[in-house]
Amino acid sequence: MRALSSRFAPRLTALLPALLLSTPGLSATTDPADWEAVLDEARGQTVYWYAWAGEQRTNDYLDWVAGRVDKRFGIELKHVKVGDTAEAVSRVLAEKQAGNDEAGNVDLIWINGENFAAMKENDLLFGPFAEALPNFALTRPAHNPEVVTDFTLPTEGYESPWGRAQITYYYDSEALDTPPQDIEALLAWARANPGRFTYPRIPDFTGSTFLKQALIELTDQDEALYAPVEESDFATVTAPLWEYLDALHPYLWRSGRQFPASGPEMRSLMGDGALTLAFTFTPSEPAAAVADYELPPSTRSYVPESGTLGNVHFVAIPYNSPHKAGAMVIANYLLSPEAQATKQDLDVWGDRTVLDVARLDDDTRALFDLDQQNPAMLPPGALQKTLPEPHPSWMTALQDAWQARYIGQ
Amino acid sequence: MMLRLAPVLIVTLLVAPILAGLAMALLPAFGYLPALGGEAFSLAPWRTLAAQPGIGRSVAISLASGLVATAISLAVVLLYLAAATGSRLDRWIRRLVSPLLSIPHAAAAFGLAFLIAPSGLLARLASPALTGWERPPDLLIVQDPWGLSLIAGLVIKEVPFLLLMSLAALPQLDAERRVAMARSLGYRPAIAWLKVVAPALYPLIRLPVFAVIAYASSVVDVAMILGPTLPPTLAVSILTWFSDPDLDQRFLASAGAILQLGVTATALLTWWGLERLAARLMAGWIARGGRHRGETSLHLTGKLAILHATGVAFTGIGGLAIYSVAGFWRFPDALPKSVTLDHWAQALPSLGGPLASTALIALCSTLLAAVLVLAALENEQRTGRNASKALWLLYLPLIVPQIAFLFGLVVVMEQIGTRPTHGLIIFGHLLFVLPYVFLSLSEAYRRIDPRWTQLALTLGASRNAVFWRVRLPMLLAPLLTACAVGLAVSIGQYLPTQLLGAGRVTTVTTEAVSLAAGGNRRVIGVWALVQACLPLVGFVIAIGLPKLLWSNRRGMQGAP
Repeated sequence: MRALSSRFAPRLTALLPALLLSTPGLSATTDPADWEAVLDEARGQTVYWYAWAGEQRTNDYLDWVAGRVDKRFGIELKHVKVGDTAEAVSRVLAEKQAGNDEAGNVDLIWINGENFAAMKENDLLFGPFAEALPNFALTRPAHNPEVVTDFTLPTEGYESPWGRAQITYYYDSEALDTPPQDIEALLAWARANPGRFTYPRIPDFTGSTFLKQALIELTDQDEALYAPVEESDFATVTAPLWEYLDALHPYLWRSGRQFPASGPEMRSLMGDGALTLAFTFTPSEPAAAVADYELPPSTRSYVPESGTLGNVHFVAIPYNSPHKAGAMVIANYLLSPEAQATKQDLDVWGDRTVLDVARLDDDTRALFDLDQQNPAMLPPGALQKTLPEPHPSWMTALQDAWQARYIGQ
Repeated sequence: MMLRLAPVLIVTLLVAPILAGLAMALLPAFGYLPALGGEAFSLAPWRTLAAQPGIGRSVAISLASGLVATAISLAVVLLYLAAATGSRLDRWIRRLVSPLLSIPHAAAAFGLAFLIAPSGLLARLASPALTGWERPPDLLIVQDPWGLSLIAGLVIKEVPFLLLMSLAALPQLDAERRVAMARSLGYRPAIAWLKVVAPALYPLIRLPVFAVIAYASSVVDVAMILGPTLPPTLAVSILTWFSDPDLDQRFLASAGAILQLGVTATALLTWWGLERLAARLMAGWIARGGRHRGETSLHLTGKLAILHATGVAFTGIGGLAIYSVAGFWRFPDALPKSVTLDHWAQALPSLGGPLASTALIALCSTLLAAVLVLAALENEQRTGRNASKALWLLYLPLIVPQIAFLFGLVVVMEQIGTRPTHGLIIFGHLLFVLPYVFLSLSEAYRRIDPRWTQLALTLGASRNAVFWRVRLPMLLAPLLTACAVGLAVSIGQYLPTQLLGAGRVTTVTTEAVSLAAGGNRRVIGVWALVQACLPLVGFVIAIGLPKLLWSNRRGMQGAP
């Protein structure tokens, strides 16, 4: 299906400069270097933030942010709820098609990975702005390169970090004693317990991340994954993955003939007791779900010793947003210790901070002390080993290959 | 003067956006979309489309679910009408069915999914006592690859629609006398009805049947909830291509949209062929003159089938209600371990905005539609001309799949420079509300006894006074019912709201569908229930108000 994409790609790049002549870059009025001016301009603006809304807790947190930025900065924040970030990307594109270069509908997008790559490649983003945000320094990018790297691509200031995700497995301790510690052990366990594990249907991002995790563990050509997929022999590198999945699928839930649509749907299956083992991209999700009655109190989470894939998620501003100042003030507020600590609070959302907590002053650091009371919470230090995301082109290549192999079988 | 413009205005309002939207899908389908570097016409998008994994199966499922769901719904309705004898049970069924019409498709689909899933209410009730299941069985029921659960979900929503359309058409046929005549020749009642009334009724409900086929073969939200997934139906695939971050997928999506148009057209043509076949078979069956055979089974099937469809829908809604207050609820407990209002308490603060938007959009689009329809019908009465020739144009928005023209329409709107506002969405909803209001009102309007008008005119009233003081009050009950239908249609719209509003305007329906992505059944329960109850308010008013206003005139209170 990407044949079309490669066919059009050369023409697209040839055409883009012409298309983009009218694209405003950094206009004088929204220069993030003059922060006072940005704050002044932002006052009274209404910022439309297109953000995935599949999780009530996330939506509640965004509501809370809206209340704060209204009070603090006089900005009205509207959460535009989307089921898939790509919807926002398509909208900005549709506006560009129609020549709407100044009065776009999207002011802020919650984004990372291939959506960011697509927008940046097509010059649909405003920037660079992130590194000029006053709170950005708290992330200490020199020590934490992941806050300026998105799926191996340098962000170059076109998106501002917001939160962290890492694959975390969770299981029902009443039905399972010692959970599998690597991908081979997972297969052995699935064979012994057919129908008790599954992964979300590709192209869901949680499901796609599972493919990447399995590929990293299975292939011996790891370095190939961190360069564009065209530079290596896709079939050879991924052969062990398909062999593995072919072996695994018969032992999955519904014998691998059907997959849950998303991570949260997989969580409901855990709640029903249909699955015994599952995984999420939000490490605190199992604990939060126990508190929400969705999962039984016997739920436990873990990260295998060899580590799992993790990444940072960001916010970006489209090139045609009419409220760039307001969007930047919000991006900056999202990086404030107050907003980051509230986001990490298990009672609110439980999404991990991107600030370098160890390098904060003592009082601020105290805000980030995690409540370890909940037994479904990861043990401290479990997230020490994070495997970096492969190049975004691998995500799309794996998704296409998976769909060609398993759809309509 | 204004009146004479009404039919033209209606047709322009309905037809122009659809044609413009289709054009903007057709061009990229053949590779023309300058903003993305497609400057020459080519067949590349079609080749890509043909190479999509599982595309053949997607098309087959869309086609089959459209035809099968329609055939079953129509059969259920006709058999029920044949078996109906005006008994208390029949009146009770009729009363149950009308609120079902108002429940949005998505809510009904969620209800069905919660009911029949391996971990659903039915399995819970039977487990572990009858089945021995301690955990949900590993069965592929919801989202099965053959689309059976999708068909079931469509049937429970289309039965009420076809039934109400039939009930509206029946008075024209003088069905009682026809049946009485046949019975005097020795035919049993159900057989008599099928032989003498059904053949005359079908032409009158043919357009609604076509609308059902078009809807069922291209539906998005129900197919997302109940339809197969590997691959999904064509309409769902198109939606994913349109929202793919790889922008070149737009060409593929546009080709898919045109293919969807073809699939729906094929379904309609196939149905047309089946009509011919059925007419032949019926003719033979009628001519053979059998009077008794099958009466009992016809009678039983007629009642059982519709009771079943209605029962399933209501139990599903009940399931939603239970989930919306459920604490921890592990399989196979039939009821939740604890009951909590947490989910409602969490949702309440965020309900206000969407509720207000939903109400505003629904009321405005319905009022506009009602005014336009009344104007067109009044014009028809005064000029004495029947607008039936233009009627098929009215059906255009119901027969052209939404997904085929809405994306193109968004691009057109962008080019005109329209900002997504409530106004634009109201206009978008009008496309779908207007036809339904027209359908619901036209029969009652045309059937009104012309002698009332003549009488009023001879008493010296002006034509306008006749309209305001005689016709409108007499039509209050059907008018309110038509408005309630319009409100329900508007409340249930997902794609037009989402696309024309740029996602900025949230209604209860867009909220429910986007929360569904989270898969939290309790939250879905809350929102689907709100979505299901909202249109009911309209129907309660539609039934209650005439009774209140005309409490001293029984004839004007409308049907029970």
